[in-house]
Amino acid sequence: MTVMTAQEQVAAGRHAAMAGERRTARVLIALALVTTAFLILAPLVYIFWRAFAEGTSGYWAAITTPETLHAIWLTVIVTVVVVPVNVAFGIAVAWAIARFRFPGRGLLMTIVEIPFSISPIIAGISYLLLYGRQGFLGPFLREHDITILFALPGIILVTLFVTAPFVAREVLPLMLAKGSEQEEAAVTLGARGWQVFRYVTLPGIRWALLYGAVLCAARAVGEFGGVSVVSGRVAGQTNTLPLQIELLYNEMSTSVAAFAAASTLTMIAIVALIAKTLLDSRSGHG
Amino acid sequence: MAIEIAQLRKSFGRNEVLKGIDIAVEDGELIALLGPSGSGKTTLLRIIAGLDWPDSGRLDVDGADWLAIAARDRRIGFVFQHYALFPHMTVRDNIAFGLMVRPKAERPGKAVIARKVMELLQFLQIPHLADRLPGQLSGGQRQRVALGRALAIEPRVLLLDEPFGALDAAVRRDLRSWLRSVHDESGSTTIFVTHDQDEAFELADRVVIMGEGRIEQIGTADQIHDHPASPFVARFMGATIELPVQISAGRAVAAGVDTSRIERRALADGPATLFIRPADLTPVPDAAGLWRVKQVTSTGAVLRPVLTGPEGQEFAVEILRRAAPGLEAGARVTLRVETGTIFTETPPGQRGQVGQSAELKDIPLKEKQK
Repeated sequence: MTVMTAQEQVAAGRHAAMAGERRTARVLIALALVTTAFLILAPLVYIFWRAFAEGTSGYWAAITTPETLHAIWLTVIVTVVVVPVNVAFGIAVAWAIARFRFPGRGLLMTIVEIPFSISPIIAGISYLLLYGRQGFLGPFLREHDITILFALPGIILVTLFVTAPFVAREVLPLMLAKGSEQEEAAVTLGARGWQVFRYVTLPGIRWALLYGAVLCAARAVGEFGGVSVVSGRVAGQTNTLPLQIELLYNEMSTSVAAFAAASTLTMIAIVALIAKTLLDSRSGHG
Repeated sequence: MAIEIAQLRKSFGRNEVLKGIDIAVEDGELIALLGPSGSGKTTLLRIIAGLDWPDSGRLDVDGADWLAIAARDRRIGFVFQHYALFPHMTVRDNIAFGLMVRPKAERPGKAVIARKVMELLQFLQIPHLADRLPGQLSGGQRQRVALGRALAIEPRVLLLDEPFGALDAAVRRDLRSWLRSVHDESGSTTIFVTHDQDEAFELADRVVIMGEGRIEQIGTADQIHDHPASPFVARFMGATIELPVQISAGRAVAAGVDTSRIERRALADGPATLFIRPADLTPVPDAAGLWRVKQVTSTGAVLRPVLTGPEGQEFAVEILRRAAPGLEAGARVTLRVETGTIFTETPPGQRGQVGQSAELKDIPLKEKQK
């Protein structure tokens, strides 16, 4: 039997400890990779595989049907309206909360977050109850010949609700952290309110703002639950892309059409993801 | 610009930070607001700048009511403690900012602004940094840029909040004399906030000592040093030894203490407190002395004997080592007061009560070394 010196014992102990740690690390990494592959990667690959099952021409034919094209178009319009509105809203809320002390400030901070915690379908239903024919504002709207539900305005309103927190949530922490000294400096130098915003505040938050806008756009494009309640789901008229995908899938689950439409939505999401990753490092999330 | 401040009050919630401030600053004067943190000095500076508004009181500048003028119209140069430079603009653009944002009618032409900025950069001795971003500058360089940005609008009043607070000692000394020359050349009225006595007294024409929202004393270095107006000022100026004494025929008397070097003053008989700086109390070896040296530490040049008194008092004093042979632990001494200030009344809420034995205190060399 060999006798280990004290030094050797220590070394052996350390070696065993290190080997153990390395084993744990390997197991964890493997688990993460397998989970990611099965839960996230596989469905995505499957979508594209099914979308191109009949070749590129089949794919092209599937996404250029008038109804799918209209759905893409509608989704683009909704996003183009929603993102700027929410950017403006986000800046206004973040500015108010970060720069002023007023009664209800804490409450406002909480209210802005509500759309995150409420299921979108509840948003949809509450809009239905508010603006619907039997709803609270129904008679008024009918009298003035204003159509909100089952039309573009309703879709936009619900999407606005669902995506409202994104920009504010990105900009507010940054504005709180930066403090107001730079803005005060600008004021003492003679800058008017809008000059302070344009030359000092905005450049300071621009990356966070863009980051929030990308998140907002990605969510607006993909919104399903709330929109499905208020849109009426008429193909070629009020179906956004996510609704159109569901419709196509329900009609014929084997066809290329649903997967082709889904793949366009997926690609939009991937582009947003890349934009978000690029912005991450700049806005200080990385 | 002459600044006149009268009965200025300001509260944040229930916390009253300014409790009736009165100061008159003369045109072209350089004033230091000196005080511990929480004394309200920064709030006062911000009110003068127009970044905060008082609850009541007056702020007149050359006879005009400044409380009716928005900050952006006051034409003050404000230098923030952490500079608050615009991080996305070059040094050049930072300095030009105040001129660029002027309404078209008042805005100088581009060439004029460029020339002006260049002049300032030369004056600040940083023309080589013109195209850098603030993030690429050292603390001292940022301070210069911040000052340049403030000076660009030719301010009528220059306000600086802890201008050297974030700099290391060498840069600080350098910038101190430089700020004095900037003030003298620009001819503006200048007020700066500091908690550093040396800085305040070296730089300012007059020093305003603030404590807990009140002005404790206004004066020159010599006036404040020799005649502190209150126990607060005495303590703030380093008189950290508080000796209970009895006033008898205008003289302060305490057991084992030689007070013959203090001038006789017209004070009523009774208990009082003698405030002394640690360097102004000399322990003289005396076999019959009532005080004992408990222990002695040495920095080489300066001895710091810890003394215990007949009534259980204990404090440290400072004395040049060469001037104090035979000062060893266990030695009996008599204390000779070289100079000190007597306060007969202890204002309410202040520590150290007259007539009681002095409590044990830790004694910093000077307050600023905290």
